[in-house]
Amino acid sequence: MYKYIKQLTSLLAVFVVLFAFANEAMAAKKSKTLKNTIKKGFVRCGVSQGLPGFSNADASGNWTGVDVDVCRAVAAAVLGDASKVKFTPLSAKERFTALTAGEIDILSRNTTWTLSRDADIGLTFVGVNFYDGQGFMVRKDSGITSTSQFKSGLSACVNIGTTTELNMRDFFTSKGISYEPVVFEKADEVVAAYDSGRCDTYTTDKSGLAAQRTKMKDPDAHIVLPETISKEPLGPVVRQGDSVWEDIVRWSLYVMIEAEEYGINSSNANAMKASENPQIKRLVGAEGELGAALGIGNEWSYNIITQVGNYGESYKRNIADTGILPDRGPNQLWTKGGILYVAPAR
Amino acid sequence: MDIKNTTKGFTNFFSGSSTFGKYFPQTLTVFVIIFIFGYFAYNAQVNMDNRGIDFGLRFLGEEASFDIQFSLIEYSGASSYARAYLVGVLNTILVAVIGIFFATILGVVIGISRLSSNYLIAKVAEWYIEIFRNIPLLLQLFFWYFAALRALPLPKEAINFFDIAYLSVKGLYIPKFIWTNFDIFFYSIIASIVAIIFVFKYARNQQEQTGKRIPSFLISLGIIVLLPLLTFLIGGVSLSFEYPLLTQLSKTIFNYIGGVAIIPELMALALALSLYTATFIAECVRAGIMGVTKGQKEAAASIGLTPGQILRLVVMPQALRIIIPPTTNQYLNLTKNSSLAAAIAYPDIVLVFAGTAMMQTGRAIEIVSITMLTYLSLSIAISIFMNWYNKKIAIKEK
Repeated sequence: MYKYIKQLTSLLAVFVVLFAFANEAMAAKKSKTLKNTIKKGFVRCGVSQGLPGFSNADASGNWTGVDVDVCRAVAAAVLGDASKVKFTPLSAKERFTALTAGEIDILSRNTTWTLSRDADIGLTFVGVNFYDGQGFMVRKDSGITSTSQFKSGLSACVNIGTTTELNMRDFFTSKGISYEPVVFEKADEVVAAYDSGRCDTYTTDKSGLAAQRTKMKDPDAHIVLPETISKEPLGPVVRQGDSVWEDIVRWSLYVMIEAEEYGINSSNANAMKASENPQIKRLVGAEGELGAALGIGNEWSYNIITQVGNYGESYKRNIADTGILPDRGPNQLWTKGGILYVAPAR
Repeated sequence: MDIKNTTKGFTNFFSGSSTFGKYFPQTLTVFVIIFIFGYFAYNAQVNMDNRGIDFGLRFLGEEASFDIQFSLIEYSGASSYARAYLVGVLNTILVAVIGIFFATILGVVIGISRLSSNYLIAKVAEWYIEIFRNIPLLLQLFFWYFAALRALPLPKEAINFFDIAYLSVKGLYIPKFIWTNFDIFFYSIIASIVAIIFVFKYARNQQEQTGKRIPSFLISLGIIVLLPLLTFLIGGVSLSFEYPLLTQLSKTIFNYIGGVAIIPELMALALALSLYTATFIAECVRAGIMGVTKGQKEAAASIGLTPGQILRLVVMPQALRIIIPPTTNQYLNLTKNSSLAAAIAYPDIVLVFAGTAMMQTGRAIEIVSITMLTYLSLSIAISIFMNWYNKKIAIKEK
């Protein structure tokens, strides 16, 4: 009965929005997370404990990275200020509990979207902000240039509580290779153990390998093998059961990607308000009522683009210019040979 | 006793009907406890429902699909989560047993050394205790794992022990025993132990009744060596060894294959736990020995016992009564501290079950509860054993 009432109210809400009678308070009333975020004045965001390019804090505590930018985009959309984010560094093990227990409202921590995580444990994945795949790193002097040269008896260092642990097992088992998994809780410990010779190979997402390589004593002494053994779509996660919040986070990410597609960036967004193209005008808030549908101000997308930038800017700033992965690979727009293809914001 | 007094106070306070006063506080306490736990359970249930999480233990039967570095029982990624749990528990028990064994030996030696009349020995023992007791265990663990063990050579330049064991950064490789008819050998050991118990009983009876001393130690040694040896000669038991073999995996990667590998994570954890806990046990031992009055030692010396006999026959039996209860605490601490294993990749219950399994299933509440219950059971088991031992050595008033 209660469910019906809930569904009916949602339906009603949709109608109300359709007829443009909506006010922001309506959706805000429906979304506890949105209401709390506005009340608190900041977005609570869970990030990694330090992965260059994705979420990494500098000496003065400023967080940067493409995962960080997702949270900043949400803050810009909801609060109008991209700096109003409280970051909580989480280990792979803690991350989901922190989200389901309500310690954070967005988990943007290079987290792989899988069926069991999405369906089973009270989480909802909202989209993909980085297409990745698992790879292996070895020391250059080992003479190994491909995973086909792996032999039984290898030891592999890996981070606990990741899909990496499972993919690694699938990979080695399917090749009939027996191996020794050495599982650590923190990424820094994995790297330290690998660097000291405890393990022959270090395996995680390729972007992670590239990022961790920059942290090693002698980055040139290590190579990332060419093979990719799994699909790792990384993206932000929210709690199940707050669809308004889920939509806000999803579309904050999508707007960044769509802005790049339409050539809108942080420096030309203001000029684009006078564009002839209605889609561009909608994205910079000069036309339409996209924000109201989400229960937030209509300047939301304009704020994201001017304060955080489009996806391409974020990628360049955090991943390409830092030398982690200069080539965008699959994380290029679909119009340019990549697989970044998002639903249209209209 | 205090609780009873408080209850009495309550009774007086309520006065009136004595039966009411007697039972009311207890009933109230029980209800409050039930209410608090009931509220927690209800609250968890409601919150989990709201977030679309269901509660159950069915996941234990599902395929774990992750590998574990080191296991005492047969395990592969195709085994169930329940099996992975068992692997974790056994690894925890293993490191706790090793830790307790070495911590006890080291603790007793250091404790006695601290009371030594030799200035150097006493000072060394004192410094050891002060240093290891006052540095956090986690830091010691990191030191042994990341600093000390890491200084070991790579497998290719491993430290060689007589061509049968090799120590490298990847662990200590020792030969593996390959038995034929192991069961016969095993039964012979059990038979020897039973025989030795009889010998000791008989020797004691003889000494008490006739005053004659039988060299029971030598006889026992003979039994435990000869009987198993006999199974080799006529019982069809044989033993061969599988030696670890240095194998080249790539241009610069070498590893030992075959034999038994004692992983560096286990060595570092056992080392850190033993060295740390030994300091506390040493202090318990010192307290125990100092708790035996000087007159006891003097009396023992006056009837002509040697210093060794004084320690073994007069001081220790009395000191043990003081030593055992606080040492039980240290055993419990050591067992619980072994959960720090997760920091250095030793696959104990926290790493395997409350770590990987929890992440893969997302069943935080179930898994944390099971893990807590496991530690509780381990601790209670240790307590029961130590309390039994404590009762056994307590003064028996006849």
